Amino acid sequence: MEWEVVIGLETHTQLQTNTKIFSGASTAFGAEPNTQACEVSIALPGVLPVLNKEAVNCAIKFGLAINAEIAPRSVFARKNYFYPDLPKGYQISQYELPVVGKGVVTIQVPAVGKNETYEKVINITRAHLEEDAGKSVHDLKSDGAVASMSGIDLNRAGTPLLEIVTEPDMRSAAEAVAYAKKLHELVQWIGICDGNMQEGSFRCDVNVSVRKKGSDKLGTRREIKNLNSFKFMTQAIEYETRWQIETLEDGGTIQQATVLFNPDTGETRAMRSKEEANDYRYFPDPDLLPLEITEADKVRVKAQMPELPEAMKARFEAQFGLTGYDAAALTASRELADYFVATVGAGAEAKPAANWLMGAISAKLNAEEKPLADSPVGAVQLAGLLNRITDNTISNNAAKQVFEAMWNGEGEVDAIIEAKGLKQVSDTGAIEAILDEVLAANAAMVEEFKAGKEKAFNALVGQAMKASKGKANPAQVNELLKKKLGA
Amino acid sequence: MALSTEDIKKIAHLARIEVSDSDAASTLTKLTGILGLIEQMQAVDTAGIVPMSHSQDVVQRLRDDVVTKTNQREEFQKIAPVLGNGSTELAVDHGLYLVPKVIE
Repeated sequence: MEWEVVIGLETHTQLQTNTKIFSGASTAFGAEPNTQACEVSIALPGVLPVLNKEAVNCAIKFGLAINAEIAPRSVFARKNYFYPDLPKGYQISQYELPVVGKGVVTIQVPAVGKNETYEKVINITRAHLEEDAGKSVHDLKSDGAVASMSGIDLNRAGTPLLEIVTEPDMRSAAEAVAYAKKLHELVQWIGICDGNMQEGSFRCDVNVSVRKKGSDKLGTRREIKNLNSFKFMTQAIEYETRWQIETLEDGGTIQQATVLFNPDTGETRAMRSKEEANDYRYFPDPDLLPLEITEADKVRVKAQMPELPEAMKARFEAQFGLTGYDAAALTASRELADYFVATVGAGAEAKPAANWLMGAISAKLNAEEKPLADSPVGAVQLAGLLNRITDNTISNNAAKQVFEAMWNGEGEVDAIIEAKGLKQVSDTGAIEAILDEVLAANAAMVEEFKAGKEKAFNALVGQAMKASKGKANPAQVNELLKKKLGA
Repeated sequence: MALSTEDIKKIAHLARIEVSDSDAASTLTKLTGILGLIEQMQAVDTAGIVPMSHSQDVVQRLRDDVVTKTNQREEFQKIAPVLGNGSTELAVDHGLYLVPKVIE
């Protein structure tokens, strides 16, 4: 029996605002418990929510970025449930009329067992604004009666979230992770979310179901909650998929459930089910009026947005003659794209800049587990190095040595070239002198070449390079040698 | 739509309201009456009428994204509930509000 997995994602992105979605309390991470929990955050009676303009701007930016319909009129609703970190007894969210409607995200998925990717379009169902809940703390510092209780920190309560929901369009863990990574980059690219997964700024719920291949009916899904790393997402989906297939093949059925992933065991496990869990009794929140977004609002927000990755990719191909693969790789993150643009802006040629960035620099950063922002070699330094290759001061081989030295903080390009004596010999007279010596010392090889042995030519080039201690400009050596041999 | 006392119990539980068996019966009568009223209203032809989400025909005003709230934790925690179970101490600890243990 061949099975197919069907995956949809719901992602909670914390919006990069100074204040909460419905009050002027700070959203800064890591403050002492409840010091950023104002009367609205802790839900004292009689308080009223007032919507944050910046949260709305973030939603508009996202809508524009995924080419979605942005609702001219959307409505906030109360989602009712009981939990101690939600002191109002309801979460203010959006239900029937979300701010962002249908849109698309195009992803590049690594093909299994091949060093290439395929493109897929993931449909976004909707994105809506809502407030985050507080946090429960179970290991309290005090003992006695207090130790048997849970502590509640409401600093996070009211932090603005944009919940982004996809259609069940993904068919493998690789596709789900490719989408999540793409979305993660996109929200950072347009500056609406800091993307910090450890701090919970970007959290994914993954809906997984399986069905017989060829069937167009969806199976019963289970929702894996709160995945905060791409590695865990892969593990959780793969485990869950296997578990569902095995359950069905053993004649069992899948019950709709919410499950948690345990990173220690690599397994998913159903949360204690609450039979009324999905009975949220949504209704429009009478404390909030409908949110209106005009064409003028969209134009104003659009003017604040950076060039989007897709547009930049197309521009890189057209303007710099890069391949689609290179252009996609360079626009995989804003930092990488900015670095590339700065390198080219500092006078480097585009193709070598792309190669060095995705080659030597990426390799170093990977090995040292550093982000690009911490690269010891900045865009201007890289451009300086590449310019010394272009103007024939150093060879490609020497450039690698110079790069190593720059990475290790040994100084600027020219100083390193000087100190290490890597300057290429491009003086025709000097090279001719070397060639004359080489030809005189290797008369046999010269004879072989004249007798038609092409290989002897390369051997002579090798001898000349050796005689110059690798510093002779190889292109010039080739050219001058040809001339001397009358070839 | 016919309600049962089971439904009443479930709704009460969702709202965390305690309803005794005798109260459940009278609540059932009242709620059934309200639902009857809604059924009557549903007979009205509403084709072409935009659903109303607020009683006032105005739109949401937006707030600038500027921090205006200062830390008032001390004031708020003075009016926190007491621990209970014989203790009159406030249910706060190291800045946290305390609640009965909740572990999923």
